[in-house]
Amino acid sequence: MRYTFYPGCALGASGVPYGKSARAVCDKLGVELADLPDWNCCGATAYMSVWQDRSLTISSRNLALAEQQGGDLVVVCSGCYCVLNKANQYLAESPDLRETVSRALAVVGLAYHGTVKVRHLVDVLVNDVGADRLRAAVTNKLTGLKVAPYSGCQLSRPFGGFDDPEIPRVLDEIVAATGATVVDYPVKARCCGGMLMTTRTEVTETLVGQLLACARDRGADCIVTACPLCQVNLECYQGQVSAALKRDLRMPVLTFTQLLGAAYGLPGDQLGLDQMMVPVAQLFEPRPRAEARAAS
Amino acid sequence: MAGTARVDNAQLAEVFLAEVLATPAGEKVKTCLQCGTCSASCPTSYAMEHTPRQVIAFFRAGLLAEALRSNTVWLCASCYSCTVRCPAGIKLTEVMYELKRLGTKYGLTPPGESLPALSKAFVHSVDNYGRNFETGMMVEYTLRTGPLGGVKLLPFALKMLRLGRLKLRPETIAGVADVRSMVQVLEQEREAQ
Repeated sequence: MRYTFYPGCALGASGVPYGKSARAVCDKLGVELADLPDWNCCGATAYMSVWQDRSLTISSRNLALAEQQGGDLVVVCSGCYCVLNKANQYLAESPDLRETVSRALAVVGLAYHGTVKVRHLVDVLVNDVGADRLRAAVTNKLTGLKVAPYSGCQLSRPFGGFDDPEIPRVLDEIVAATGATVVDYPVKARCCGGMLMTTRTEVTETLVGQLLACARDRGADCIVTACPLCQVNLECYQGQVSAALKRDLRMPVLTFTQLLGAAYGLPGDQLGLDQMMVPVAQLFEPRPRAEARAAS
Repeated sequence: MAGTARVDNAQLAEVFLAEVLATPAGEKVKTCLQCGTCSASCPTSYAMEHTPRQVIAFFRAGLLAEALRSNTVWLCASCYSCTVRCPAGIKLTEVMYELKRLGTKYGLTPPGESLPALSKAFVHSVDNYGRNFETGMMVEYTLRTGPLGGVKLLPFALKMLRLGRLKLRPETIAGVADVRSMVQVLEQEREAQ
């Protein structure tokens, strides 16, 4: 199984643990991720808020480069997933835009014919690799660990054809494959506030606070995300969110790739488990989780 | 750019409609039945001065400038809940994006709104390196919006740096000149219009 991989900007900095663990897990599963050569920014939310044509044009450079590689383009950021899919849709449905973008691409010797399928790694793991193989690779079954699967927005809205936009379930399958208990998490598709964490902090603290509070109320040991921005929003501001909501809302927040990697017995440093703001090591200690809980 | 162009409500409505109609399913905006599903679905509408439904009503009443000067569109987090639920098929998230672009272009924002500054810092980063350099973007954003925000962010930044999740140097892609050339084509065509 070979795919072209679009890491996205976040994986170079705040999303380093996500990138490391995604590569390690894919390696373990025999999923080859070949980086898209010289990829650029997808033109995400902040860019789209100033320029639509420019955002879709720079997005299309990635699609044109990916087309040269052949095969599906795999992303791990839900923002990139949304924008690259949007570029694909707009180019297919708007002849004017397609012409404009084609002229811009031609200036740098590129052309895009609309053949690249943009897919999220969650989709690839569940629908191409399959739950059976995800389960078969488990060496450290996470029995007793209670995980709240947080899909967020742009994984299933508006383009995630592989999942339900209101009640997404595909991420649950990955959590279940590790042997962990999938916590019923009714806010799993509610928004984390995205980049409003910077511009409208007080509102985003409330949104994140509701997500953390629900996970705690439901008895989760941790939350699992599929987007680097959701991950940072949920994990990295827990002090101020707790203060704003006047409640202790601290909780480990991992990416689904870190959870899988832990279940596959991969070393913590390969998964970036040592780079988390909220410590996660205790989640995976070979402790008798189920027994301890049963005894208490 | 911001605040340089003057525009009245009628011109604003005209530009808005033309831009929305140029996007896939854009014509659906005319079919809004004012049901309020968007407002009820919106995770941030509780903090909005006018709900998303009311913004469409403002447009119809020829009062878009007033809508842009409220906090509403600037609180849209692009979660697409409204878009997938709208019974009229309006891609309301795209409508909100268009309104953010118009507000940024014409300098029509509520007092203290910093989203245009963040967006511009993001665009500069991509223009300069081909990718978003998070640290550079936040430094520019802080310079544009006041140093107090930067001071508040410092402990967070230092912690991320220690965890190896913050980069001090940008990574410039080999094709950054290509990205700039493509953008230039669009800007030249825009000026020629």
